[in-house]
Amino acid sequence: MSGDRTYETVIGLEVHAHLLTETKIFCGCENRFGAPPNSLVCPVCLGMPGVLPVLNEQAVELAIRAGLAFECTIHERSIFARKNYFYPDLPKGYQISQFEEPICEGGRVPLPDGSEVALIRIHLEEDAGKSFHPENGGDHSFVDLNRCGVPLIEIVSTPTIRSPDMAYDFLVSLKQILEFTGISDCNMEEGSLRCDANVSLRPAGEINLGTKTELKNLNSFRAVRDGLKVEIARQEKVLRSGGEIVQETLLWDAAAQKVVTMRTKEESHDYRYFPEPDLPPLILTAERLEAARSQLPELPVGMRIRFAEAYGLREYDAAVLTGSAELARFFEETVAHFPDPNQAANFVLGPFLRLMKEKNLGWADLPITPARLAGLLDLLAEGSISAASARNVLESMAATGRDAARLTESLGLTQISDDGAIRSVVREVLDGNAPQVAEYLAGKEKVFGFLVGQVMKATRGKGNPKVVTPIMKEELAGRAGKKRG
Amino acid sequence: MDWNSATATDIARSIASGSLTARDVIGETITRLDRLEPGLHSFLSVRNHDDLVREAEAIDRAGTKAGPLAGLPIAVKDNICTVDLPTSCGSRILEGYRSPYDATVVERIRAAGGILIGKANLDEFGMGSSTENSAFGPTRNPWDEKRVPGGSSGGSAAAVSAGQAILALGSDTGGSIRQPAAYSGLVGLKPTYGAVSRYGLVAFASSLDQIGPLGRTVADTALLYDVISGYDPRDSTSVPGSRPATARSLDRTDLKGIKIGIPEEYFTDGLDPEIERAVRLGIEALVDAGAETVSISIPHTRFAISAYYLVADSEASANLARYDGVRYGYRDSQADDLDSMYCSTRQIGFGTEVKRRILIGTYALSSGYYDAWYLQAMKVRGLIAIDFERAFEKCDFLVTPTTPTAAFLLGEKSDDPLAMYLSDIYTISANLAGLPALSVPCGLTGNGLPIGIQFMGKPWNEPVLFAAGRHLEKRLAPIGCPGEESTS
Ligand SMILES: [Zn+2]
Repeated sequence: MSGDRTYETVIGLEVHAHLLTETKIFCGCENRFGAPPNSLVCPVCLGMPGVLPVLNEQAVELAIRAGLAFECTIHERSIFARKNYFYPDLPKGYQISQFEEPICEGGRVPLPDGSEVALIRIHLEEDAGKSFHPENGGDHSFVDLNRCGVPLIEIVSTPTIRSPDMAYDFLVSLKQILEFTGISDCNMEEGSLRCDANVSLRPAGEINLGTKTELKNLNSFRAVRDGLKVEIARQEKVLRSGGEIVQETLLWDAAAQKVVTMRTKEESHDYRYFPEPDLPPLILTAERLEAARSQLPELPVGMRIRFAEAYGLREYDAAVLTGSAELARFFEETVAHFPDPNQAANFVLGPFLRLMKEKNLGWADLPITPARLAGLLDLLAEGSISAASARNVLESMAATGRDAARLTESLGLTQISDDGAIRSVVREVLDGNAPQVAEYLAGKEKVFGFLVGQVMKATRGKGNPKVVTPIMKEELAGRAGKKRG
Repeated sequence: MDWNSATATDIARSIASGSLTARDVIGETITRLDRLEPGLHSFLSVRNHDDLVREAEAIDRAGTKAGPLAGLPIAVKDNICTVDLPTSCGSRILEGYRSPYDATVVERIRAAGGILIGKANLDEFGMGSSTENSAFGPTRNPWDEKRVPGGSSGGSAAAVSAGQAILALGSDTGGSIRQPAAYSGLVGLKPTYGAVSRYGLVAFASSLDQIGPLGRTVADTALLYDVISGYDPRDSTSVPGSRPATARSLDRTDLKGIKIGIPEEYFTDGLDPEIERAVRLGIEALVDAGAETVSISIPHTRFAISAYYLVADSEASANLARYDGVRYGYRDSQADDLDSMYCSTRQIGFGTEVKRRILIGTYALSSGYYDAWYLQAMKVRGLIAIDFERAFEKCDFLVTPTTPTAAFLLGEKSDDPLAMYLSDIYTISANLAGLPALSVPCGLTGNGLPIGIQFMGKPWNEPVLFAAGRHLEKRLAPIGCPGEESTS
């Protein structure tokens, strides 16, 4: 009976990523998030009568780069199509997209465990605007068309993802590649990365696909994983009780942790795709593809291997440092100014990342430059500052944006490493603690720590232990000789 | 100067030589426009008279620097965007709509010293062949006010024919410049697809639409064509590269060595014998000028109308989706939710013919019907283009009638869309194949109505068509001018 069956999960993802272009895909308006509503618009992206689209070559460049990064077949000829539907945030009444003959087909996304997910296609399209239905808006809705015409690539996976966790890994890896290659900033909060999931179940061993549902409103990677788990459980329950899955589009409600029907198959749109007559076919020359290939930025996997080999880092450290494009870049720029990669890695992965997290700092407005961090690492390496003080200085650097040397000085954290200065303090301490010196010389070595502690106390913590210890030993040895002699 | 027969070329020359001022020309044009407008209704809006006079005076002051169209009053079809007059497209849905920008062709006309005098009436969004589909009432033919001026650029044709403007811009999706030119005794050019920027032309069928000139003579038409044509980076379908100025290539001494193709499919049932006779006389005139004729075939002609209406209406169904009442134009503010606002705005805002075409186009693109209708029509379109390529292996250009009959009566075909569609039978193939086509006056019917002859050329062969048109003009008796003032 159906109750005893085991089911296989079949998931396909559709990811929309905003491209990091200067301007929109078909007009000269700025491509930027966060501007006042309807301030980044012109007759073209507003769909005023008589306007025509002109394709942004930088968007094409980034789509080619995506094709290269995911190892797709990049077509010499692709065409644009109109996707027709009515909505107030879609000024032309159609979205210019690609349907038949997209720019890229095939390709793959590598997963952390060494496996991969094959892609169906990557195509170029324009984004729509954004509708708002504020609670206090009465019967009014509002439309912001700043996002209208922002260039996107849609990346469509094959339905070969077998679990919510695998979907999560797929997205992490995809995001990492898009960020590394400068294709997208993948900011889900700002909507520059969006994901829809198609999910169905089939009895284990069955070849045909079961009826699928489409899950939308997945606003974070976690939402993708949670939403899929809930929807898979729902489908399984329906199937086990002998029911049938209804083909429909569902919305994920993260707060309630449940799915809600958005529209059924009968209500689904007929988009009436047809070739866009206002744009000629997009033709890519072999030279252009070759140029793009030679300029393709380093991909995460390659960078991880290079970090381990070139910098002699531990595999784990190399993997964490290349987990985000910004972190990897920051690390590389830091070690350009500082000679010991392992020490730099320890500090960056330790105190530095901890501080970023504690203070909720972003890369874009980070007041600490790699060169300045290298300055702090220098002070630490040469013993001018203690590890504990370095953490304090780092915090001040983040707060003030000033350099490490000046902060160390103004905070009075400079270590005393000067031999002469230390030696005179050591002598004072030994002179003032004759009983303890005697105990030490009688073989009670524990007293050594006490004596060093007295030196630190006398220097208010600024005595460099690396300098204090040998001098202390020397001075004690000297007194032992005197005593005997 | 005789205003009934004055040409743009003459007027431009007289202004340049100082024997006439732009101020005189605009004054006379305004007078005629105002006097004839109640009977003709060529315009949907006209510039303020004081502004026009001021602009003409500025041109007089600029003298020779004012450009090739200096001081010429030009009517612009109301589906071409202008900042200083509304752009309604003859539709209630855009009544009073003011474009925030000028179309490229309008910019070029202004830069060349032309004076935009008003916006000419048209069938709503260019959909029609009589200008009766204008939401703001039909335009009448200056040759016979009981008759239509043709369409959809009927207002442009009537204005130039009656001397309410010296030149005009029309747009041609399936014959909308050439058919009204033929009905109104004018020269009209549908340029090679990509020759004239469509930026600012309110789209009907993007892959077929071209803006083109209407004038009283071939030279006038070429003068305006030279100003408006050329690459525009704002239109991705406009073709880069410079083209020979046609106005200067007009004075070919003869047509020796030119082969003209006579497509048999264009001289069959449905062609008015009077028209056929006139066109055959026109062909003889070209032969007199040294041309040779060859009989050729465009075998897929019989599918052209079906293919045309499927392609044009499919594109139109998407192009007209933006008129939804959300951002500009008419909105039914009585509706109480989004869907009913969409429905009643478009129900009330669009006329019957426009709604018919949106429905046909929507149907042709629908899932399950796309292959049988849209895709099939695109295949036929490809076959027709190949027919022409083959024909041009044997001849330099084709000669056909522009229309099967002369201008029909108002109301005669309003209730029969198919009969109306057939009036475009000879013109739509040039749009499907992207070819240049010129209509030139070729005599009058027994009723005194103008007849048009059409030349269809290879892509970018506008100069050849213009040259042939000039030879025809020289050899045929002039048809004169329409209406009441023929005595002046
Ligand atoms: Zn824009």
